[in-house]
Amino acid sequence: MSDIGTADHPLRVAIIGAGPAGFYAAEHLFKQKQLSVSVDMYDRLPTPFGLVRLGVAPDHQKIKSVTAVFDRLAQKPNFRFFGYVELGRDLSVADLRNHYHAIIYTTGAQTDRAMNIPGADLIGHHPATEFVAWYNGHPDFRDCQFDLTQERVAVVGIGNVAMDVARILCRTPEELRKTDIADYALEALSQSKVKEVYILGRRGPAQAAFTTPEIKELGEMEDADVFTIPEEVALDPLSEEALAESADRGSMRKVEIIQSYANNRPTGKKRKLTLRFLVSPVELYGDENGHVRAMKLVHNRLVKSSAGSLRAEPTDKTEILQVGLVFRSIGYMGVPLPGVPFNQSWGVILNDGGRVIDPDSKKPVTGEYAAGWIKRGPSGVIGTNKPCAVGTVDLLLEDLQAGALLNPPHPQPEAIAELIAQRQPHFFTYADWQKLDEMEIARGEAQGRPRVKFTSVAEMLAALGKA
Amino acid sequence: MKVQGFLSTRTGGVVTIQPGQTIREAAGLMFQHNIGAVVVLDDQGRIVGILSERDIVRKAVTHDRVFDMAVRDVMTADVVTAVPQDDLMSVAHTMTERRFRHLPIVDEQNNLIGIISIGDVLKAQRDQYRGEIDTLEAQIMAAGT
Repeated sequence: MSDIGTADHPLRVAIIGAGPAGFYAAEHLFKQKQLSVSVDMYDRLPTPFGLVRLGVAPDHQKIKSVTAVFDRLAQKPNFRFFGYVELGRDLSVADLRNHYHAIIYTTGAQTDRAMNIPGADLIGHHPATEFVAWYNGHPDFRDCQFDLTQERVAVVGIGNVAMDVARILCRTPEELRKTDIADYALEALSQSKVKEVYILGRRGPAQAAFTTPEIKELGEMEDADVFTIPEEVALDPLSEEALAESADRGSMRKVEIIQSYANNRPTGKKRKLTLRFLVSPVELYGDENGHVRAMKLVHNRLVKSSAGSLRAEPTDKTEILQVGLVFRSIGYMGVPLPGVPFNQSWGVILNDGGRVIDPDSKKPVTGEYAAGWIKRGPSGVIGTNKPCAVGTVDLLLEDLQAGALLNPPHPQPEAIAELIAQRQPHFFTYADWQKLDEMEIARGEAQGRPRVKFTSVAEMLAALGKA
Repeated sequence: MKVQGFLSTRTGGVVTIQPGQTIREAAGLMFQHNIGAVVVLDDQGRIVGILSERDIVRKAVTHDRVFDMAVRDVMTADVVTAVPQDDLMSVAHTMTERRFRHLPIVDEQNNLIGIISIGDVLKAQRDQYRGEIDTLEAQIMAAGT
């Protein structure tokens, strides 16, 4: 036992990454009534909220309302935000270990899984995550280019991100104008020539990961008809059995809606969105300029694994789908942090329940923890990160009890603040973010939009008069 | 959620035993690691069985000297395994339907890479539901303000 966590010696915790997992970890720390704790939250971007700001689709504003919870937490007197301070660039793990009793990494999954098929390097094939970051105004992706003069687009994968991308491609400028989509993306999408969008799912409708509201929403777009193909959405005996056994009404409803789209007839809407099932791309074909012009799809059938899960297995039936633009959305992946053990197989920080593990000794690295997608990989909804972060913080508190946290030479809050001011004089505080937030909302109000985002660091610095 | 999501947060290895070792040794391992089953590997590292507390109890009913018996004579040889890509919900269903509580996880080459217990599966399910409820609550609260 030590006196860490008393009023004289508050527990000092650094949280790296200001997304949901980071805020949920902070929330659980502040909930400990007997504990005096002070939290510094870092983000490599000037703005907080991670994927809530830069991942959640702009036409899903309601989902973003969770930031109200995070906002309240940020008002705690012993909470500080250091935006635009990056681990590895401005601060090292050693710096953090010199100033905090514990570090929690909540950096999420910043990249995507590659598609290893011939032609994957052709121009016009992009990670869906880049498109998402681009239309959401992520400063690192604002200069991305997507060839929206193409009429036919494929989105590989059938998770939430694939659905978002397909929807944004099919929305009218009027629909998009009501959202907080980045201005440049609104402009580019308003000129879009896209006519047909295909979402390609490897397995069948009963295995699709999206939710019922998401699939329903596709059928409610202003100027896009949605279709499925009868043969692909009729359930095979294995899926039928699994669905009946699960007795999950949500999944049954989802399948019904997907099947109902097979009866849709063109209504003269400008765009056409087709959800394909039981198909996998096996090759991309290019034209003489190295641009994607088509993809080869193999048709799959479902087989039951020994553990009872249904897997896609390729048949010998193939087809060619003409597409000029391809977005792959087959999973997010974590990025290694300099100086933090990483598990390459799963794309997460090497951890045991949230304690960072040393790869050689297989023992916990004192004082270092992980939570959220960088701990368990990309799964679940925003709130799933709460039990995940709580689990990690409980281990941290257990280690605190056991006297097994760090013993930093400079735990005073001023010490690290001075270091940050030297290393990154342009860092952003939470008060800075609140000002930016107000300005964004005010800019939006003038146009009848939820907000108009700042999308570059220079713009943000200028708006705050810091440039 | 996939089995992989669960494996990502488990770094400790799987406790294993060889078929020729005794049940006494197996029970010792289970006690020491506070677990309910050990995976049985042959000398090439291939999975040849799984031995659970239930296997031992079942055998003890007819064999007084169960602790002196070899693991191979008590273990369940017909082992169901999972792969990281399996859906956790399907795995949960299989475990409850077929009434076993531990499922070894293997890679493409059939090498043992983890083990998942029914308790782990339940916790994952509970966390998933909690997360969904929390997200919905946050949205409802925000809509009300």
